[in-house]
Amino acid sequence: MPLKRKDILSIDALSCEEIDLILQTAESFKEVSTRDIKKVPALRGKTIINLFFEPSTRTRTSFELAGKRLSADVINISAASSSAVKNETILDTARNIEAMHSDFIVVRHSASGVPQLLAGVLRSAVINAGDGAHQHPSQGLLDLMTIKEKKGEIKGLKVVIVGDILHSRVARSDIQGLVKYGAEVCVVGPPTLIPSGIERWGVKVSLHMDEALVGADIIIVLRLQLERQSRGFFPTLREYAMLYGLNQNRLNLADPEVLVMHPGPINRGIELSSEIADGLSSVILDQVTNGLAVRMALFFLLSEGSQH
Amino acid sequence: MSDKILIKGGRIIDPSHKRDEVADLLIEAGVISGISPSIAQPEGTFRTIDARGLLVVPGLIDLHTHLRVPGFEYKETIASATAAAASGGFTTVCCMPNTNPVNDNQAVTELILERAAAEGLVHVLPVGAITKGSQGKELAEMAELVSAGCVAVSDDGLPVMNSEIMRLAMTYATIFDIPVIDHCEDLNLTADGVIFEGKVSTDLGLRGIPSSSETVMVARDIELAELTGARVHLAHISTAGSVQLIREAKKRGISVTAETCPHYFTLTDEALRGYDSNAKMKPPLASSKDMEAILAGLADGTIEVIATDHAPHASEEKEQELDCAPFGIIGLETALPLSLKLVETGVLSLSDVIEKLTSGPAKVIGQKIGRLGIGDRADITLIDPDVEWTVKASDMKSLSKNSPFIGWTMKGRASTVIVSGKVLEGLYDGGKLR
Amino acid sequence: MERVILNSNEISRALTRISHEILERNKGPKDLILIGIQTGGVYLAQRLSSQIEKIEGDPLPVGALDITLYRDDLANRSAYPTLKKTDIPFDMTDHKVILVDDVLYTGRTIRAALDSLIDLGRPREIQLAVLIDRGHRELPIRADYVGKNLPTAFEEKVKVFLEETGEEDRVILNRPSKTH
Ligand SMILES: [Zn+2]
Repeated sequence: MPLKRKDILSIDALSCEEIDLILQTAESFKEVSTRDIKKVPALRGKTIINLFFEPSTRTRTSFELAGKRLSADVINISAASSSAVKNETILDTARNIEAMHSDFIVVRHSASGVPQLLAGVLRSAVINAGDGAHQHPSQGLLDLMTIKEKKGEIKGLKVVIVGDILHSRVARSDIQGLVKYGAEVCVVGPPTLIPSGIERWGVKVSLHMDEALVGADIIIVLRLQLERQSRGFFPTLREYAMLYGLNQNRLNLADPEVLVMHPGPINRGIELSSEIADGLSSVILDQVTNGLAVRMALFFLLSEGSQH
Repeated sequence: MSDKILIKGGRIIDPSHKRDEVADLLIEAGVISGISPSIAQPEGTFRTIDARGLLVVPGLIDLHTHLRVPGFEYKETIASATAAAASGGFTTVCCMPNTNPVNDNQAVTELILERAAAEGLVHVLPVGAITKGSQGKELAEMAELVSAGCVAVSDDGLPVMNSEIMRLAMTYATIFDIPVIDHCEDLNLTADGVIFEGKVSTDLGLRGIPSSSETVMVARDIELAELTGARVHLAHISTAGSVQLIREAKKRGISVTAETCPHYFTLTDEALRGYDSNAKMKPPLASSKDMEAILAGLADGTIEVIATDHAPHASEEKEQELDCAPFGIIGLETALPLSLKLVETGVLSLSDVIEKLTSGPAKVIGQKIGRLGIGDRADITLIDPDVEWTVKASDMKSLSKNSPFIGWTMKGRASTVIVSGKVLEGLYDGGKLR
Repeated sequence: MERVILNSNEISRALTRISHEILERNKGPKDLILIGIQTGGVYLAQRLSSQIEKIEGDPLPVGALDITLYRDDLANRSAYPTLKKTDIPFDMTDHKVILVDDVLYTGRTIRAALDSLIDLGRPREIQLAVLIDRGHRELPIRADYVGKNLPTAFEEKVKVFLEETGEEDRVILNRPSKTH
């Protein structure tokens, strides 16, 4: 069964069957990364362009490595500098890049909706590598993969997502994926950072971390953008950590088998204590490994879909 | 060309005279000289317009147009904007002062009027700034502005945040009996919001503008209108909360008037789903509950004016990420059919729609226009109410094409527009206006 | 039109014969490894391993190889197999690899398998065992062990069904009927 779509823009748009296929394929790709020669010729001759309007070493490296392990040519373009200066519109930039005959364009942008905008006008497959506070589908997929791998089934799991839900594309992608698979999702954070009407997504909202964590199977801790404080969403980092930081005492409220996840990079001592980040419950490094496999799977499956 | 025009057999709708009948209308020397069921052929040369099946209404008036002149001629010129206006059935447009430089002094007002006289197809009535440079700090010279030809003051686009300044402006405006038009928005509540805060902003991950951004300023302005006794006109009202506040204020006898725009009674924030920057404007398209309230406000007279908030932006400005694209859409060429749709959907009578586009706005600015009386200047719009047409960017007269209605099928269109007794022809049969 | 080429007994006899041939040619089971190509080849490799266990007392190590990522027709194929796992839990260096597949046809699958094996390790020798050789080679590749040589027409289809997938063991030749 091929993935019959041109682009990967949001988790919302994917069916459970499609997600299953992606995760199953990713599972096979995990093995490739354990080989001595970690490279297969599947995408030989294809060109992947990492078009990053917002700096991100992790995600860009993961996509880059995924492409290279599949033998594609990978080009990184940091567009923030070039287009803004030349006063070129985003569509012009993208059209120019596509004129180089790219097969995939991986886009990261601080503005929501840019990948969708590009997908509408470009022939290349567009993969959203994070747009504003909208979506980060490959992160959502790798989180699903990690949870499935560790817990077997997602249905019925109690998942708590902690932090700045308002500005988080990771939270949005995670929530959509988890709800699709029947998890019981609770978001917790200061009400100033909870988006209006998020309950309609089928999640519970809690303002009190200790209450939300009781019996949790999974805790996804979001990265806190430190500049949110200056915008007045909360008074101080100290107070944020006091109310919503995950520490050992709080972790003890969760299920003994609880998994702690974080999309990285971590603000140690703010949203997550070091002992937990490096502790036995943490699957943060598995997330990174799975991220690579998921991104390989996306390239592979999209290259297949584009042939039809 | 003859200066006598006989419009025969049209359905004349003139809300200010409560007239709605099939009759003939005679224009002589740019002025309406006769209306009666049957007017005999005048002496000498004259031109006859067969208006059977058409509506004959006062020329439409737009209280809220951004002509973009001076300073932003790449978005719109007076020639292109007034061509768009005529094409949409408008014979008068009131232009907002957020130009570069801001229309906060006599020189800018005169410049606009000179250019309008030279290249404008319809009448242009400037709106002056409330404060110098619309900076919200010091009052602009209102007496100068009024004597130069401004019919109202407004800091549209850069609303006055300081309530004391607003109080002083309103109080001062009572000298001239001009309306203070406010763009009701609390810029601090809007912060870096892009679209209406609600379901869609959460789904799309876009920063929201809460409806309270508008309503707190509506509430403030109502209180200040009561305090100062000024005539306050609230521009482009978009939320249920605002409609309720205005309705109550009117019951209390406060001199406040209100306008809305076709997009607020036609679209909701759902139009943003595809990240279409042509659905991005201020105030933002709101929820369906708000849209219902706007319709109710139009129906019960709480909102007496339909204005366009015609805000042209060049395609390279709109072709950006939604976060960066400027706020605003054009509206002169689509306002009439979208308003006529309210008749079809049973919200308003035909006469009510015409009133909100003619005598309604005329009353706000206290001008003797928007009516068909003997001796009145002959600004008349003939409307073909049944013609169906598709909105095409290539057909639009406006220099900018930032409309969410491109591709829509519309019903009803201005077929002939008469400005000061001069017939503008070929509005929709592929012909150019000039 | 369908014709059974091999039934359950015949498949079993063919595999027994191949097992003997492998042992004979390699002078015993020493340093031998079986690697099946996903998916049919993997089951056949497992069967060969248990056959050899019956003869020699010890099974041979069995690995699974998915060659999808090495195919040369990734760009223009219509039916797309799901990516399966490659699972070779032992070192191939200095071992003799017996590559096992169900049907040998153009040789392109084997070419991909060879490329993949060479990326995965450095076997001393690679030999090829197939249940069916249906001809029409497009590359200079031949099998060392063949269950049955089956001359076919280009438009015919050969299908191998195995118990491991819940089917009755059989090999079928499918000829498109001439009525349409
Ligand atoms: Zn405004």
